[in-house]
Amino acid sequence: MNGLETLPAWAAIIVIGMLVLGGAIVLIGALGLMRLPTFYQRIHGPAITVTLGAGAILIASMVYFTAAQSRLVVHELLITLFIMMTAPVVSMLIMRAAVYRDLRGHKGGFVGEGDVYRQAPDTPEDAAAEK
Amino acid sequence: MKRLLPFPYLSTALLLCWLLLNQSLEAAQVLLGLLLAIAIPLLTHSLLPLPRSHVRRPWLLFRLLALSMVEIVRSCFNVSRIILFRRAEGIHSQFIRVPLDLRDPYGLALLSCLINCTPGTVWAEILPGTHDLALHIFDLQDEQWWIDTIKTQYERPLIDIFEG
Amino acid sequence: MLTDLLSLAMGFATLCIVLAMLCCLVRLLVGPSAQDRVLALDTLWMCAMLLILMLGMRFGSLIYFEAALLIALTGFVSTVALAKFLMRGEVIE
Repeated sequence: MNGLETLPAWAAIIVIGMLVLGGAIVLIGALGLMRLPTFYQRIHGPAITVTLGAGAILIASMVYFTAAQSRLVVHELLITLFIMMTAPVVSMLIMRAAVYRDLRGHKGGFVGEGDVYRQAPDTPEDAAAEK
Repeated sequence: MKRLLPFPYLSTALLLCWLLLNQSLEAAQVLLGLLLAIAIPLLTHSLLPLPRSHVRRPWLLFRLLALSMVEIVRSCFNVSRIILFRRAEGIHSQFIRVPLDLRDPYGLALLSCLINCTPGTVWAEILPGTHDLALHIFDLQDEQWWIDTIKTQYERPLIDIFEG
Repeated sequence: MLTDLLSLAMGFATLCIVLAMLCCLVRLLVGPSAQDRVLALDTLWMCAMLLILMLGMRFGSLIYFEAALLIALTGFVSTVALAKFLMRGEVIE
């Protein structure tokens, strides 16, 4: 009915592998987004969804249509290219927005772990509020 | 030729995108694509914010991209293993500070894209007034190892490509 | 045999993506801060694009590709706009 039966074996095996891998990775990324405790950890969850998960499913789609239609169908490359160009921009913008808002929120405080964004308190009242 | 095609790589990419989008190699589509590939760079030329930079060693750039692809897949599995099997309290997420020697804005843009594409690391910003990069690491074990990796694996080739 | 496995794999991938969308939805509703919600919305959008690709494979139709491309485009633009709004829109005086 939809070309599943006519697919050659090599293509079917690649598609199965890529689909299982992609589905599992997408789910793991979203699980990370749901269960990690702080925002700065959560931002790393979707990164694997976007790169490997989306990549595997796009490859599966390319192989599937190429084999099913017996001609080269690679226009999914456009989506891959687009995602590869936009995903870093999106994660950097969200990260900067978060750091900016947190710096504004805790006056003279710190953001995340580590001492990169740990500033000296501006006034004694701020230092007292920190404690 | 130089005046008609100021950005040959960009023109090629545009033509390829057009053909992929239309999924055909007919003469009409190729002609229309060629027209777009010549017209778009000429029309958007004045929007270029910085003077253009030249890629000095395309082969090195290709190798860097291939290596980062391998690195992306590898760290995908690392991050998914941590998400699945590590208790949340055992993950040491931290900001670290990486001093950068790279100054070329195009090189920095490419570096930020590569770092952000790799799961487990997110580029926050270049700290104002310095050339230090604030980098967030998902699971930090050894700070010096991360700094060395970024400097040798990504920054060194980029300096050779854009400033060498 | 392989055909059965293939449709099973398609079902598995679709199920995983739907579950992932549910996780994103939980984070979108719970998410304590605004940046959490933007991140969840972005991931939700990406999963929606993958779901449409899966539907395209399942029905064996190439039409779905255009929809997926458009969703990827609008998702990027809206997330950038939201992130910009978080940075500039709310000025704490």
